[in-house]
Amino acid sequence: MIYFAKKVIKDLKGNLFLNAVTLTTIALSVLIFSAFNLFFLNAGALVNRWVEDTRIMVYLKTDLSAEAAAGLGEAIAAIPDVREVEFVSRKQAIERFRGQLGDQASLLDGITENPLPDSYEVLVGVRSWNWDHIDPIAEKIRVMKGVEEVEYGREWIGRFVNILNLFRLTLYGMGGLFFMAVVFFVANTIRLVLYSRREEIEIMRLVGASERFIKYPFYAQSLFLGGLGGLVGIGVLFELYRLLIANVGKVMVSTFFEMRFLPVENLFIILSGSAFVGWLGCYISLRKFLRS
Amino acid sequence: MAYLSKSAIIQMYRVTKRYGAKNALVDITLDVADNEFLFLSGPSGAGKTTLLKLLYLGETVSEGQIIVDGLNLSRISRRRVPFLRRKFGIIFQDYKLIPTKSVYDNVALVVEAVGVERRAIKKMVNSLLRTVKMEDRSRAFPPSLSGGEQQRVAVARAIAGNPKIIVADEPTGSLDTESARVILNLLKLYHRRGGTVIIATHDTELIRNTGGRVILLSGGYLEVSTVIPKQRP
Repeated sequence: MIYFAKKVIKDLKGNLFLNAVTLTTIALSVLIFSAFNLFFLNAGALVNRWVEDTRIMVYLKTDLSAEAAAGLGEAIAAIPDVREVEFVSRKQAIERFRGQLGDQASLLDGITENPLPDSYEVLVGVRSWNWDHIDPIAEKIRVMKGVEEVEYGREWIGRFVNILNLFRLTLYGMGGLFFMAVVFFVANTIRLVLYSRREEIEIMRLVGASERFIKYPFYAQSLFLGGLGGLVGIGVLFELYRLLIANVGKVMVSTFFEMRFLPVENLFIILSGSAFVGWLGCYISLRKFLRS
Repeated sequence: MAYLSKSAIIQMYRVTKRYGAKNALVDITLDVADNEFLFLSGPSGAGKTTLLKLLYLGETVSEGQIIVDGLNLSRISRRRVPFLRRKFGIIFQDYKLIPTKSVYDNVALVVEAVGVERRAIKKMVNSLLRTVKMEDRSRAFPPSLSGGEQQRVAVARAIAGNPKIIVADEPTGSLDTESARVILNLLKLYHRRGGTVIIATHDTELIRNTGGRVILLSGGYLEVSTVIPKQRP
């Protein structure tokens, strides 16, 4: 194993420039892809948080008795996917409103009668991928006896979720494009390496070296370059992330949302992917070259 | 093929090789016995190199059949070609050493390719370099060696895989007399140890000094097959 590794490193040194170019290309591609992945991950988490926190405001009719209101609350809580139901009396509502107005709370001083109705705040357990489940729940509540009006930020949720889906699609598209571009680039670089070593390969064939004996060092080099390129790309991204957190992170991080780096499983997939891309580029080139 | 000798390590039957419309070899039937020392002679363009290439599948025949140590080359699969080539040690006039590899690595390449255990490689390569008197230049690179030295390394590489047959294409063609003598002695040593040697050369002096069977080719045809006794100095 050590002997083989030494041989691979020796061969890599033999074509230092070409291999350095390949390594840089893979590292840059991984960096860009992973940066987008990181952005998507955090943006996704943020949108999910918003969506999760979406509440349906159920305003009750003013003539509804306390017993009927309590019964309505139980009926709402019995709907599947409803996680939490909180009664907000008209008095609590005006106090909250006053609190939200802050310094301008004095505006309410002129109002003699509380215009706000009693209401229920309904927390629905939806996520970004099933956010539209909120519609039938809201509809069920709307038709209940004693309900005056139902309100929730449907448009806003839809907009956020659409943006998130766009990010996701872009990520897949970018991933595909980078994959093809890197495979193409690695294949061409390996072809140049093969061309520069064609005499050596021809001699190896003449002395009876099997195709496997000729191919394996190239495969090992490409896997190594792919993996190393991936590591370098992720390493650079981590440093950039650390810098970002250290400098502007405090502005972005709040109790509501905390930025985080790519999880181990994503890193593993990216690293395996970059090693695979290296191998695939080599496989394509070798197949063509050895058949010629 | 029934009439061909059973002790032959190489059997060629009505072999023709064409490059486009040009005939390089025409209707060659030839046996090479095991442990024979054979010369292929003839002027440039007679087909000597082509005949050698056909043996190790450097080229394929246009017509006819070749059997090497029991392997019918017309039926051999692509995957089996390396096994055929391991039966040969090939020496080229232009040496064909890998310029970016040291003398040691050039020889070790064959030893590794034939699957010798890694621990034995160093010992084996050093022994081979000792045989061709190149042990002290093992770290040198081919471009820094003289023609004679490069050809000695090429001989070491050719015998490294312990082949049954050595084919040498003008092995002394670009060497001085002393270097040529050294190379020839190495080939004779290999022959004495039981190997088969086929040398393509137009150097009649070399043939007279060595002796052996000579196949004379001319314009792609086999003209004469004769045995020339070694000339006494």
